[in-house]
Amino acid sequence: MSFFSEENRSLAREIIGRYPKRRSAMIPLLHVAQAQAGWVTEEAMVEIAELVDTTPAEVLGTCSFYEMFKREPVGKYLVNICATMSCALAGAAELMEHAEERLGVRAGGTTPDGLFTLASAECQAACTEAPCLQVNYRYRYRVDADGFDQLVDDLAGGALDDEIPPHGVTARVRQHIPADRAVGAVPPEAVNEPPVWMAAPAGNGAGSA
Amino acid sequence: MASYTIPHAPGFVANDAPRIVTERFDHPDSYTLERYLATGGYEGLRAALERTPEEVHGEVRSATLLGRGGAGFPAGVKWGFCPPGVWPRYLVVNGDESEPGTYKDRLLMELDPHQLIEGCLIACYAVGLSQCFLYIRGEMAVAQERVAQALNEAYEAGWVGRNICGTDFSVDIVLHWGAGAYVVGEETALIESLEGNRGMPRLKPPYFPAAIGLYGQPTIVNNVETLANLPWILRHGAEAFTAIGTPTSPGTRMVAVSGHVQRPGVYEITNGTTTFRDLIYGEDYCGGMHPGRELKAFVPGGGSAPWFTPAQLELPFEASEVGPQGSMLGSGAVMVMDDTTDIPAAALTLTKFYAHESCGKCVPCREGATWLERVLRRVCDGTGTPRDLDVLFEVGASICPGDFPHAAVPERGLEPKPFPYQMTTICFVGPSAFAPVHSAMTLFPEEFEARVAPNAHLDTGPSHGPASGTGPSDGSAPNSISEVAIRV
Amino acid sequence: MSDATAAEAAPSTVQVTINGIAVDAQPGELVIAAADRAGVHIPRFCYHERMSPVGMCRMCLVEIDTGRGPQLQPSCMVPVSPEMVVDTTSERTQRAQEGVLELLLINHPLDCPVCDKGGECPLQDQTMAYGPGESRFVEEKRHFQKPIPISDLVHLDRERCILCDRCTRFADEVAGDPLIDFTERGNETQVLTFPGEPFSSYFSGNTVQICPVGALTASPYRFKARPWDLVETESTCTTCAVGCRIAVQSSRNELVRYLGVDIDPVNHGWLCDKGRFAFGSVASPDRVTRPLQARTPSGTTSDIADAEPLRRFQPTDWASALGAVAAAVKAARPGAIAVLGGARGTNEDAYAWSKLARTVLRTDHVDAQLGDGLPAELTVGLPAATIDEACNADTTLLVCGDLREELPVLHLRLRGAARAGTTRLVEIAPTTTGLTRNAVRSEQCRGGEAASVLRNLLDGDDPLAGELASGSVVVVLGRSSVSESAEATAEVAAVISARVPHSRFLVAARRGNVRGALDMGLAPGMLPGRALSASPPRELAAAWGEPPGERGHDATGILAAAASGEIDVLFLLGADPLTDFPDSMLARLGVSGAGMVVAVDSFVSQSAAEADIVLPAAVFGEKSGTTTNLEGRVSAVGELVTAPGSARPDWMIAAELAVMCGGDLGFLSVDEITAEIGAVCATHASAIGPDLAADGVLASGAAFEPEFPPEHVAPARDAYGLRLVCSRKLYDGGVTVGQTPALESLAADTVMRVHPVDLERVGVESGTEVEVHSDRGALRLPIVADAGIARGNVVVLFPSPDIDVGALIDVTAPVTDVRIETRGGEASR
Repeated sequence: MSFFSEENRSLAREIIGRYPKRRSAMIPLLHVAQAQAGWVTEEAMVEIAELVDTTPAEVLGTCSFYEMFKREPVGKYLVNICATMSCALAGAAELMEHAEERLGVRAGGTTPDGLFTLASAECQAACTEAPCLQVNYRYRYRVDADGFDQLVDDLAGGALDDEIPPHGVTARVRQHIPADRAVGAVPPEAVNEPPVWMAAPAGNGAGSA
Repeated sequence: MASYTIPHAPGFVANDAPRIVTERFDHPDSYTLERYLATGGYEGLRAALERTPEEVHGEVRSATLLGRGGAGFPAGVKWGFCPPGVWPRYLVVNGDESEPGTYKDRLLMELDPHQLIEGCLIACYAVGLSQCFLYIRGEMAVAQERVAQALNEAYEAGWVGRNICGTDFSVDIVLHWGAGAYVVGEETALIESLEGNRGMPRLKPPYFPAAIGLYGQPTIVNNVETLANLPWILRHGAEAFTAIGTPTSPGTRMVAVSGHVQRPGVYEITNGTTTFRDLIYGEDYCGGMHPGRELKAFVPGGGSAPWFTPAQLELPFEASEVGPQGSMLGSGAVMVMDDTTDIPAAALTLTKFYAHESCGKCVPCREGATWLERVLRRVCDGTGTPRDLDVLFEVGASICPGDFPHAAVPERGLEPKPFPYQMTTICFVGPSAFAPVHSAMTLFPEEFEARVAPNAHLDTGPSHGPASGTGPSDGSAPNSISEVAIRV
Repeated sequence: MSDATAAEAAPSTVQVTINGIAVDAQPGELVIAAADRAGVHIPRFCYHERMSPVGMCRMCLVEIDTGRGPQLQPSCMVPVSPEMVVDTTSERTQRAQEGVLELLLINHPLDCPVCDKGGECPLQDQTMAYGPGESRFVEEKRHFQKPIPISDLVHLDRERCILCDRCTRFADEVAGDPLIDFTERGNETQVLTFPGEPFSSYFSGNTVQICPVGALTASPYRFKARPWDLVETESTCTTCAVGCRIAVQSSRNELVRYLGVDIDPVNHGWLCDKGRFAFGSVASPDRVTRPLQARTPSGTTSDIADAEPLRRFQPTDWASALGAVAAAVKAARPGAIAVLGGARGTNEDAYAWSKLARTVLRTDHVDAQLGDGLPAELTVGLPAATIDEACNADTTLLVCGDLREELPVLHLRLRGAARAGTTRLVEIAPTTTGLTRNAVRSEQCRGGEAASVLRNLLDGDDPLAGELASGSVVVVLGRSSVSESAEATAEVAAVISARVPHSRFLVAARRGNVRGALDMGLAPGMLPGRALSASPPRELAAAWGEPPGERGHDATGILAAAASGEIDVLFLLGADPLTDFPDSMLARLGVSGAGMVVAVDSFVSQSAAEADIVLPAAVFGEKSGTTTNLEGRVSAVGELVTAPGSARPDWMIAAELAVMCGGDLGFLSVDEITAEIGAVCATHASAIGPDLAADGVLASGAAFEPEFPPEHVAPARDAYGLRLVCSRKLYDGGVTVGQTPALESLAADTVMRVHPVDLERVGVESGTEVEVHSDRGALRLPIVADAGIARGNVVVLFPSPDIDVGALIDVTAPVTDVRIETRGGEASR
């Protein structure tokens, strides 16, 4: 009955273990849930509430605050066209118009084949490469109409499968803290002393590594 | 995912100016541990570990390393705000870069993640921070991958984690990633978000994060670029750092220049001495406007900053000079508009941004920013009236009472109003929604007047309506907010 | 004292100037609170003095000068500092306030004429006082679906909501039920529940009261009245024994709303939903409005009674009914009259019945408790602690039922204290409780074994012993379960008192005015003024004459005597032993074995249905007087509506019955009784009087020192069996809940809960119906796994509307051991 796959359940446990308080894992776990299902389902929120020891209402509160979490299904490729100033100065509106025409949906819509969701986005931090867009948070720079058409063809044809995972997966390289190297997270209330190097900083063999 | 190669990021433009944080950017493998170690990597940390934390803190304090996130507060001083005797203390790295026009932190994370990691370690060592959370903006998938890979390498190699370099110094760096909310770049909202909450800012005074931050504990929140300076400072010393730039703004800073210039890009510039003219017109920098075009206006410090015009081109990147002239340096982002720019429409893109990104916590921002956007949109659409222009200023005054900073307009005899402003909001998002409106209307009033003049006849009747909107409210109206709310 | 010495005596105040007035503020006090105390009102929406400030609404912006020139600052976030100068009326302040109000109103629907809040709405009021008067907003307003139910009791209108975070903060911070939260962001922010998970908090009604607009409305009050039509009196809630101060409001002689009144010592303005919405039962059509006389004698007609309780009765008049009762009283054998109950009424009711019993009926067989409390001598005589003392003790030891279910606002107070760190909670309980998460330590025990667990902790080398020895200790002491004997709880008091002599006790008495009834002598061997019959105070002896000689029976004794035919007249003073007495077999035998059963009640309860005569009683809201909460705090209750039909207060029934029996209680009004209580009870001399303040007054200590029962070893356990624990639920299917339409649907259903490991031993799936056997009887009900139950316990709800749990309980046994049989007949292993 659990939402998370066995693999993601153990990933969730690993992530929770990195924080002094479980609740801090909420956003990372919502990402894991979205990576698994492509969007954040109610079942996922209920299970995350259990995992981080809060109510589903609070998970919904956090989840709905953040733009990246989709609470209904979106296309395999979420195409976010930046509309903020630098991109707007470089023709973002025209790019959006073209994209709407090419995909046959308005911004916010999903193509009938479920492949593309087109959206207008705010500044994506690639302002010098305007107009820019992201497909599942992977950049495409200085995109013109032809470039957009080529991108759509490539995505639909699977030519970019290696670079661009389906919606929900952001980073494909994850942090993993080896058990023998980890200091470990401690609840703040369990600590009331300075870390050891602050207490006795001198002469501890520094710099000999 | 062994075969997967993380794609490279463009944007950086090198030149002959001194380089501190971008010195490895020219290497195609700049992000690997191997390259990092081959180019002086982790030497700053070793140098730090040979000294006491107090000495390291002192070195950073004497470097006058100004925070690169926007507020420009000296990092060494900020570190000193942790109340003595309260433990544990945390480091939260602000990598939630989202200010319109800004993207230096993304490049630092994508192209030199180890430099950031080393900076984190130095800060933790100096201030006794027992755990570090590296909060990367959610939309930056590649930065997350590069930092994750770098952390994994660094843990394996013993640079992070337990007994670093064989000493007692032990600290975990946890990669945390956001999910799309500009306001989380505000440090108290960042902490809320890291605690698993809605990213709504906490009112800072009387308690700053250095005193009461993550989990209520003393917490240092530093920007990515700020921390990325630390390895160099520890390697070369504060004196070498302050030899670059000016005494009040030493070192370098990364600035993204976008918009209507020949060579938009991210530049590492010398702090305090480089002028906006150097940056926009310099051959080493953006190389001027497109042929046949002239500079009309520019945003000097990210979307929240009041605008400048060619009259302010000679100002250097020096807060004490820019502030009195009516703007701020912010997060190192210059957006350039040439004479083809539709000024009201340009302002709308920014106001819309802040209205969209308002967290909704405090009333003036939640209600006022959207109101500004809706009125401005009508003005841009050509359906606004002259009275709407008054409304824009008056709504702005409910967010920022009193004089709002603006640049001088010599041809109209307008003196500058210095930065900063007063505000009725908790954080800067609300005022930032007003800043572009105010700048655009103050610097280019004629463009607005021309837009509304044809509708002057519509401004009849009493100047103010009853204390209600025109919308029906009986439930028979459309129920979905999406029909009303502004989603662009 | 000169000004100089006054300042020296209070060096910890901070001098600030507010609107030119010099104000002595407390260190750390917020500017808005200091202004409130100085009589300067700063408008506000999000600030609430009982919750942490958030600075969201920006309405309380004022100009504050801390030496760097005046700055607009939210006065709810800024603590006072020396030399601070505050101007709440400056032009810039006024402009900011106008601006905030204009912004708040742009999306507010202004449907005030059809809004329940209209007339008492902070947004409306502050707009009139501080607003701009007009708006420049001509755009379309935000729209949402009009009120959506977020629970059975609360509706949410998101268009009216101004997002002040009061309800959401309350749910999280105060109630600990974060089932509502902000969702979405920015201009689309809205308060919502999670789909399919309603805001089913016991405290949900508070959010309606603190909502500064009409966004949250309570279904029982929606469209019922306008504020300006309401008649109001201040009173004290008697739904349970916490004694929350409330404002009782009526419209056209009907109770329509209760609001919490903020008093420091008790409820801080909060109420539980059971108390808040209890008024529904007052106007119930099922109320008894005329005396009823049975057509057939009690004990012979239970079949008919079950089918149609009221058909057993015919209405009669008071003279006939009381005449019949008086005749039975006169005919009764000496010592064969008993009075059960009295915890529901006022102190004056209890005093009148106590006096009637002793001076006219000549019996000491009186008991306000129904075998579900502590021995009266302990309740009254233990060194007492107040709620505030419990909230500020170094350690507060909880050995009682789940306070969240039994005494909800005491739960809130203790939860708040634990969160604020003003006390450390240590809990010993057979299940997890509402406070387990807030306790620094939670020891689970088998039913009836709290005393031995505690003894082991305190006699061993556990750090608890040292912690208790060195700091102040308050014990919240109550019956964790009615399936274990009262002696088991009394033993806890004995164990603690012997080892931690400085412990003080807050007895978790449950029923409305049970403490007042005991203080008024409604217990065998007790007299008004917390005195023992064995040594009656002089004033009382003078007023009452010689008390009946021998110590009478308690509830168990009364029912046992009735069962064996020794009781000729049994008065049920609002008592329903068939529902509430733990041992249902004894209750049944007792009620049917009594000669004449006279029920003084507002409803035909299960027991009243078996009575010979039912006398209609007035209830809360229909009578005035005083009540006493579990601390022993006496406060006034008010009369606001008239009782239906000829129902009248208990005291009046007692007085009239006395006359019919040839006696005279000596009073003709509530005030006269109140005065007599003050005169004959030294404990109440200062507490009772016309000037009873809103906070009430603590009656002073008992006239005797209690004797503890001897300590004995834990009852032998049956290694393979399970121990029955009866837990309680706030919505228990009792009269208040069952007769209040708003609460009826919330009553809990019944299952049997055991630890998952125990369920595994039983060998059935969670949810399977099984048979549970005790030495006394058997029941069938579903068994479910619950990790919150201590191993070895089986927990069942009591009382339960559907299941006769009492059939398993032998009230004379120290504990109730049970075994589970599955359908196949296998014994539990």
